[in-house]
Amino acid sequence: MKEIFEIRWHGRGGQGAKTAALLFGDAALSTGKYIQAFPEYGPERMGAPVQSFDRMSDKPITIHCGITNPDIVIVLDSTLMKTIDVTDGLPDDGYLLINTHKSPAEIRKEFNIKGKKIATCDAYKISEETIGKRIPNTPMLGALIKVTSILDFNQMLKDTEEKLKKKFLGRPEIVKGNLESIKKAYEEVKQE
Amino acid sequence: MEKMIVAKTGNEAMAEAMRQINPDVVAAYPITPATEVVQIFSSFVADGRVDTEFVPAESEHSALSACVGAAAAGGRVMTSTASQGLALMHEVLFIAAGLRLPIVICEVNRSLSGPINIHCDHSDTMASRDSGWIQIYSEDSQEAYDNTIQAMKIAEKVFLPAIVSVDAFIISHSMERLEILPDEEVQAFIGEHRKPYDLLDVDNPITLGGLDLQDYFFEHKRQEIEAMKEAKAAVIEVGKEFGEKFGTSYGFFEEYRMEDADLAIIALGSTAGTTKVVVNALREKGMKVGLFKIRVFRPLASEEIKKSLEHMKAIAILDRADGMSSFGGPVFHEIRSCLYESEKRPIVTNYIYGLGGRDIFPEEIESVYKDLEKVAEKGEVKNLINYLGVRE
Repeated sequence: MKEIFEIRWHGRGGQGAKTAALLFGDAALSTGKYIQAFPEYGPERMGAPVQSFDRMSDKPITIHCGITNPDIVIVLDSTLMKTIDVTDGLPDDGYLLINTHKSPAEIRKEFNIKGKKIATCDAYKISEETIGKRIPNTPMLGALIKVTSILDFNQMLKDTEEKLKKKFLGRPEIVKGNLESIKKAYEEVKQE
Repeated sequence: MEKMIVAKTGNEAMAEAMRQINPDVVAAYPITPATEVVQIFSSFVADGRVDTEFVPAESEHSALSACVGAAAAGGRVMTSTASQGLALMHEVLFIAAGLRLPIVICEVNRSLSGPINIHCDHSDTMASRDSGWIQIYSEDSQEAYDNTIQAMKIAEKVFLPAIVSVDAFIISHSMERLEILPDEEVQAFIGEHRKPYDLLDVDNPITLGGLDLQDYFFEHKRQEIEAMKEAKAAVIEVGKEFGEKFGTSYGFFEEYRMEDADLAIIALGSTAGTTKVVVNALREKGMKVGLFKIRVFRPLASEEIKKSLEHMKAIAILDRADGMSSFGGPVFHEIRSCLYESEKRPIVTNYIYGLGGRDIFPEEIESVYKDLEKVAEKGEVKNLINYLGVRE
């Protein structure tokens, strides 16, 4: 792993791209890492394209500019790929993780992507089955860890549980559903 | 001592410090990007986690006016604002300082309109720099937290108000690793509330805000200036004590790899952190470069700045605000002026950057060091005032 691991999340306003970045940052912190998690702030509208970011390192992070060359790009809504080049700045050995029912090979062909390591995960289906809503952000956390192995999966699960318990006080079914979705995505993510 | 390690944004870090300080009164009016500080603190009030009287005001002018009243009545008082909010407080800033009220503002550095913009630059606090407030700039969430706690103590030592600021969004909304001190340690550190006077002390009645004309106004202002001089000792004393108790010492500035440096960049706030990365990379290539990060801009430690910088070959000052004088930014003017007294008088250039939140990347900072290298070699400056990262 290089000194600072960087993630860029693409989503639509309301999909939880910011929450996913914060959840990942918090989970990474609990394993003893130094982290930064921040959204890109602009005019925020439901459904508009949004981005958020994570940095993770074993050493203190002092850099405070935007992330232009991430190690992994995570796309929460694949329809974004029709209008935005989500691979912008992603190096050839970088990961591209997409929420879609399609296979990595289909995505590669459809968008004519050269290089990169593509992984796909049907986070809409998983979240509908486990949470009962189309919320792709938490399942994609599971897929992210499976693809990159950058965090200990069980540790991340434990921390996310604690975090969600605080956020959804008195609604254990939501916490349970979210954790299920992470586990399911971890198992079901497809890689080339 | 058990420090708690958490992930918090700059705003959350400042709100947490405010909770631990547990002021008597917070009067505030929320504004982007400092809204969260007020919002989080108001939830502490609602949940009974602080003893604070919370005054939701109808404007920032009223908010700071209420703070002045509360502090004059003997209370420990804090508030939070940004940009236009600080601008609307402007009139009252001078009153708070002139009445010698140790109020602390947790400020988020955001550009001033117009055109309207919500992102980071330092034009708001720089426009307030001559108001008699102590000014402390923070590089990250941890410093925002540590500085807020220290500011309360420094302010009450010299009876001057203090502003602690962080960069809008870059720090205010970025979640980072933060070490939080135990509540009782923070309380012990700031100590008993020291107040300059007490309007509610009916046995010793005083007049405040009276008309002060030609025969005494100047003497009162002279005393205020003297208090700002005393604040220098207080900054050092409190920063040292903070280090002895909690492990990280603070001073007027941070000298990063400056020991044998020939070329230096001077920066405030989050850009200092990005500059450190560049310094490390250029040091690997053998360049003798360093960073001089200004933490306390008011009081200005002119003697110390001169001593630390006079042996440099060339210095570039990064200003995230322009003075609109056509002759560069405020930090440039003041630091260059400090060096005028030196016989060695190094070359000092200015780079205006990052207005309205324009991001600054390591490559741009590296280009400034490369410029400095050329300037030092030739001994002459082609462009004294430069604009970094703007379309021209």
